[in-house]
Amino acid sequence: MCTYLTSTEPVAGSALGRDGWFTLGQSVVYFDHPQEAAAEHALCIDFRPLDASDASRRVAVELDAASARALAAQILATLDHEEVRALTQA
Amino acid sequence: MSDAMQAETISIAGHRGEEIEAYLARPLGEGTHPGVVVIHHMPGYDRATKEIARTFAVYGYAALCPNLFHRYAPGAKSADAAAAARAAGGVPDEQCYGDVSGAISHLRGLSDANGKVGVIGYCSGGRQTYLVACTLNVDAAVDCYGGGVVVSADQLTPERPVAPIDLTPKLGCPLLGLFGAQDANPSPEHVARMEAELTANGKNFEFHSYEGAGHAFFSVDRPSYNLEAAKDGWQRIWAFFGTHLAS
Repeated sequence: MCTYLTSTEPVAGSALGRDGWFTLGQSVVYFDHPQEAAAEHALCIDFRPLDASDASRRVAVELDAASARALAAQILATLDHEEVRALTQA
Repeated sequence: MSDAMQAETISIAGHRGEEIEAYLARPLGEGTHPGVVVIHHMPGYDRATKEIARTFAVYGYAALCPNLFHRYAPGAKSADAAAAARAAGGVPDEQCYGDVSGAISHLRGLSDANGKVGVIGYCSGGRQTYLVACTLNVDAAVDCYGGGVVVSADQLTPERPVAPIDLTPKLGCPLLGLFGAQDANPSPEHVARMEAELTANGKNFEFHSYEGAGHAFFSVDRPSYNLEAAKDGWQRIWAFFGTHLAS
């Protein structure tokens, strides 16, 4: 099935793509048919640049659902660590 | 009988006359040939879809696959174009009508066309095929596991403003539907609902649902490929188009 479910968020940061680093502008998250992963569906993330004129300038990952959940938990656990909280609380 | 074919990317006039790329595979044998518009799946205008177009040419059809993602990333690789289309919110149905209409016109204009044009679509292209068959002038349509034909009002969006099943009274050609009984969308319940609607409207249709098969069972490069369903499905397609697209 095609889920059509897509969420986009503005993001700030950098990503290392095929031609070097670029400034990030947007993340696109969806759960649908992957391009490459050997699965019927995958949690797909595209990190796209501020200037989206070159469609090849992106960083893409396709994760199985369990891996995606583990990654989300890993990110939150890192951000919630006491030392990180002290650095990120303005 | 010649087995020669010509296959290449060409430019056609799509929605609002905008130039988009399309993959044309046509048999070079003598005589006239029916046309088939191949609507690609959500992952895009990719190698596997072009292979499908070439398969139609092997069987004597001029097959044309418009790149519905072309205008989101002209010249980009299919995966990048699919990602760009996704980021932009997806292909609006209205734009799809325009691009497929352009492909139909191109096929009808080929020097060896027999005047008949069918449409076939896979995955999201199956849903678009249902829409096209209810909206444009085609001679036969094949919906391969198109999800989202049966949707509720809260699933409608500006890009997809109509539930395809609500257009069923306007279906203007014979319809072949090929589904996996283990698919979640279209689920067996969705397929039953479509059958009921088509029957109630007196439409000419033929549905086959394959036990043990899920979504995308024709995709030879995906784990969803199902040999028995795909083999039988191709035979159904040749019989169906052979009947409805013959001169």
